[in-house]
Amino acid sequence: MSIDAATVRHIARLARLAVSDDELAPIAGELNGVLGLADQLAAAQIDGVAPMAHPHEEMLAFRTDAVTEPDRADAFLALAPDARGGLYLVPKVLE
Amino acid sequence: MSTASRIPPPESQLSGWQPVIGLEIHAQLSTQSKLFSGASTAYGAEPNTHTGLVDIALPGTLPVPNRAALDKAIRFGLAIGARIAPHSVFARKNYFYPDLPKGYQISQYELPVVADGTLAVRLDDGRVIEVAIERAHLEEDAGKSLHEEFHGATGIDLNRAGTPLLEIVSKPVLYSAAEAVAYMRAVHTLVRWLGVCDGNMQEGSFRCDANVSVRPAASDKLGTRTEIKNVNSFRFVEKAIEYEIERQIRALENGEKIVQETRLYDPTRHQTRPMRGKENANDYRYFPDPDLPPLAVTADDIAAVKAAMPELPEARRVRYIDALGLPEIDATQLCADRATADYFEAVLAALPGEAKLAANWTLGEVSAALNDAALTIDASRVPASALAQLLTRVREGVISGKIAKDVFAAMWTGEGSADEVIEKRGLKQISDSGALAAAIDAVLAEYPTQLADFRGGNEKLLQFFVGQVMKRTRGQANPQQLNALLREKLKGE
Amino acid sequence: MSSSIAQLAQTLRERNTSAVQLTRDAFAAAKASHADLNALVTIDEAGALAAAERADAALANGSPSALAGIPFVHKDIFCTNGLRTTCASRMLEHFVPPYDATVVEKLAAVAAVSIGKANMDEFAMGSSTENSFFGATKNPWDAARVPGGSSGGSAAAVAAGIVPYATGTDTGGSIRQPAAFCGITGLKPTYGRVSRFGMIAYASSLDCGGVLARSAADCAHVLAAIAGHDGRDATSADRVVDDYAGTLAKPLQGLRIGVAREYFGAGVAAGVGAAVHAALKEYEKLGAALVEISLPSAALAIPAYYVIAPAEASSNLARYDGVRYGYAAKEPKSLEDLYTRTRAEGFGAEVKRRILVGTYALSAGYYDAYYLRAQRVRRLIANDFSAAFKSVDLIAGPTTPTVAFKIGEKTSDPLAMYAEDVNTVAVNLAGLPAISLPAGFSEGLPVGLQLIAPAFAESALLNAAHQFQLATDWHLRTPGGVQ
Repeated sequence: MSIDAATVRHIARLARLAVSDDELAPIAGELNGVLGLADQLAAAQIDGVAPMAHPHEEMLAFRTDAVTEPDRADAFLALAPDARGGLYLVPKVLE
Repeated sequence: MSTASRIPPPESQLSGWQPVIGLEIHAQLSTQSKLFSGASTAYGAEPNTHTGLVDIALPGTLPVPNRAALDKAIRFGLAIGARIAPHSVFARKNYFYPDLPKGYQISQYELPVVADGTLAVRLDDGRVIEVAIERAHLEEDAGKSLHEEFHGATGIDLNRAGTPLLEIVSKPVLYSAAEAVAYMRAVHTLVRWLGVCDGNMQEGSFRCDANVSVRPAASDKLGTRTEIKNVNSFRFVEKAIEYEIERQIRALENGEKIVQETRLYDPTRHQTRPMRGKENANDYRYFPDPDLPPLAVTADDIAAVKAAMPELPEARRVRYIDALGLPEIDATQLCADRATADYFEAVLAALPGEAKLAANWTLGEVSAALNDAALTIDASRVPASALAQLLTRVREGVISGKIAKDVFAAMWTGEGSADEVIEKRGLKQISDSGALAAAIDAVLAEYPTQLADFRGGNEKLLQFFVGQVMKRTRGQANPQQLNALLREKLKGE
Repeated sequence: MSSSIAQLAQTLRERNTSAVQLTRDAFAAAKASHADLNALVTIDEAGALAAAERADAALANGSPSALAGIPFVHKDIFCTNGLRTTCASRMLEHFVPPYDATVVEKLAAVAAVSIGKANMDEFAMGSSTENSFFGATKNPWDAARVPGGSSGGSAAAVAAGIVPYATGTDTGGSIRQPAAFCGITGLKPTYGRVSRFGMIAYASSLDCGGVLARSAADCAHVLAAIAGHDGRDATSADRVVDDYAGTLAKPLQGLRIGVAREYFGAGVAAGVGAAVHAALKEYEKLGAALVEISLPSAALAIPAYYVIAPAEASSNLARYDGVRYGYAAKEPKSLEDLYTRTRAEGFGAEVKRRILVGTYALSAGYYDAYYLRAQRVRRLIANDFSAAFKSVDLIAGPTTPTVAFKIGEKTSDPLAMYAEDVNTVAVNLAGLPAISLPAGFSEGLPVGLQLIAPAFAESALLNAAHQFQLATDWHLRTPGGVQ
């Protein structure tokens, strides 16, 4: 599979990464290199082999249903680039 | 196929078109803390005060699942006779939006915890349909975007982010807006009955997306569907679906194609309109959440949930009819929600053998008073124990059924318990035969003409004399006793 | 400071020095080497001195921990409450976490003294520590060479004698490879043995916290302090932490070491292969038996890793959006503009490359061919190890195919850089523990021997490494000479 400039633009859009037009071709080249590596997987004999998403087969911790987090809104909002009136602010979103 | 699909009833066809509807209901699970963090789920707090490290997605933080949310999902699954997956998988649904702090929502995709259930739904006309439920899965809610507060900016409140939801997905087996709403009500009843969701629609604890399509009546292939997002009242769901069905039929009849899209319902205009923006062109890139290994549910886990399960509404309805001898309509109404049924049972427990009396009062006086006061039965001003005392006095003959209604009204306005009201107002029935006989004698002496008529054969006058004695005793005469004694005296013996 | 943890603990208990003195010495060493090495991103003098004073008090009261009062550094990927944690990224250049990682809490609880935060590849993506917003770290053995990565700052700080040990993380070799390049000992525990809570995620199903130190004995002390179940991490193993220090002395008689032929492929430099073979001979002298084995899917580890790790990373790094913390693009014109410029400006080139690869591998139409296929191959790789461990106790090979390469040598060729991980990534895919220990020199630079063990057999790894280190002095060599 080969990645072209349009594909790079599409993926960059999904990943919310600004990419300028003159970056498209070089990025496509790099991604083709990495995916060429990934294409080696095609040779693997994987019939009947279950995917392994995780080293552990089972959830290892649960919480009991209790409120354990104190209100730290002030400390948290102080980390934000833009927060006012107890809210995180972002440029106007149209529904 | 594990669930047979229903055949559309003929009357659901509209001028040659068959609407087909499936619902995705989001029920907020009634837990104290969030699905993956120890922050509170309480509604209505100051913005961003119910957020923890995990909820604002700080670097390095990790989700840890809430056991109670899982148990509630299993409880729902058992109630609809579904399969509980021995291993279900949390997956990430990736998209960017400011109310989604991690840039992905933790949900379940390929392997949900609950699959393949059915729910019997009673329609208004009494028919019962079996609705196939494809799946119910756990997922976290998003925060809220507030568009009004700041000029040129949108404010984000993450209090709701991470709240546990059970998404209940029906198969597309509902064939009219009425069926869809009846199904939605049945699910609403069930989740409240089970104690897994408070069902509060104003606060968004129970909301619904509707997938609507229409197809030629003769076809068995589904048409292109649209999804109506986030409708939060039964009436609006019905209106939105009705509108959407009509819109699609009109479009198809004009030779247009239906576009698969997400639409919003506008409750002021009773219309749906396409949602703006990217919502329609997303690639969510679901994959198993690497922070959360598979969720194992053992037979022991299921047994524990089962042991704590309340009697289900249908089982209880059947028991009321078969074991208590209640009419079907009473049983159905009592089982419309668990609080009403529990109220009835609490009354009955104090009055063994008086199921019909307890049912009449629960569905009659109590329901009417609750309606007038816009209260739910848990908040009834006359709790079950107080009503039981009142009805005990009726059964003992201390007061008549008619007087009991006045006593109930007084109890409702806070005058006191049944005994207190009876005492204060001097409402005890006259069951003393001497006193009753005296009152009857006085009445007969007062109306000699009527007495003569009666004895001449006009037996209809019996009621006249009953009325007069009641008047004289201010309604406190024991009716049965009065009747017997009066008949005796009228005969002149 | 090239003394071992045991020696320092002894000196502290004999009152021949104090935690405060050791801490000041570490500051001095860190500052003296800063211009040459760039090993640390942040030095926390006030916090460290306060911790050292507490440690001296704890020691006076007879603190039982071998780590009490001894300075160390955290890789700048562990969140430290009130102290900036950058992941060597512009995105988090000014980020001050409001909480401590579990590893940070645990080391503080035994009165260990963190003097600051070590440089690394941005978000742990890299094998050379050249991908740091704060500039490359240099190898103490040769400042023209890389220290390896991504825990290159940690490795350089230990190798240069600034501190006796450092924390690190290993997603595809990020502890073992820099340990090999810097001539020190690096332990990657079993996945789930050390809590990931507060460890900034790169690829969650592979990330593993661990330790870099001079010797296996020192690693044993640190692992004992940081291992254990954590209710804040649903992947954290709920099982007893072994007595790692207590089992170091066991003789190796009868130990079966599997020598995987795939780990000695064509890419392995002759000098590296020779050093590793010599080390294996040493093991035979110690009573171990060498067994030739095969791991047939080994060649697929790199392709599988470079699909799975970027896929997870593309999702893990979605939270960096300029809204709640971290870098935000100036004067955004719209929400889209805020997102896309924040991320384009805040992330470096390699991070962006992996985000794009991972996004592609998960996207509609490619998920099955890339992500799902890689997960199936992952199981083949794990199965290889399970099969091998039926007949051997440990598996050995060179940690890296070459010694430390030159700064800039591979920056323009991502694939050449990725090939560095050829012998390390499979271990992460299978979730196993492994250690890299100094095994000799080639071209005047350190060579690492990697030992791999079955899950939760860290004791066996540390025991085997320690016995080797009793018999050899490779781990005592420093850029300044033999200790």
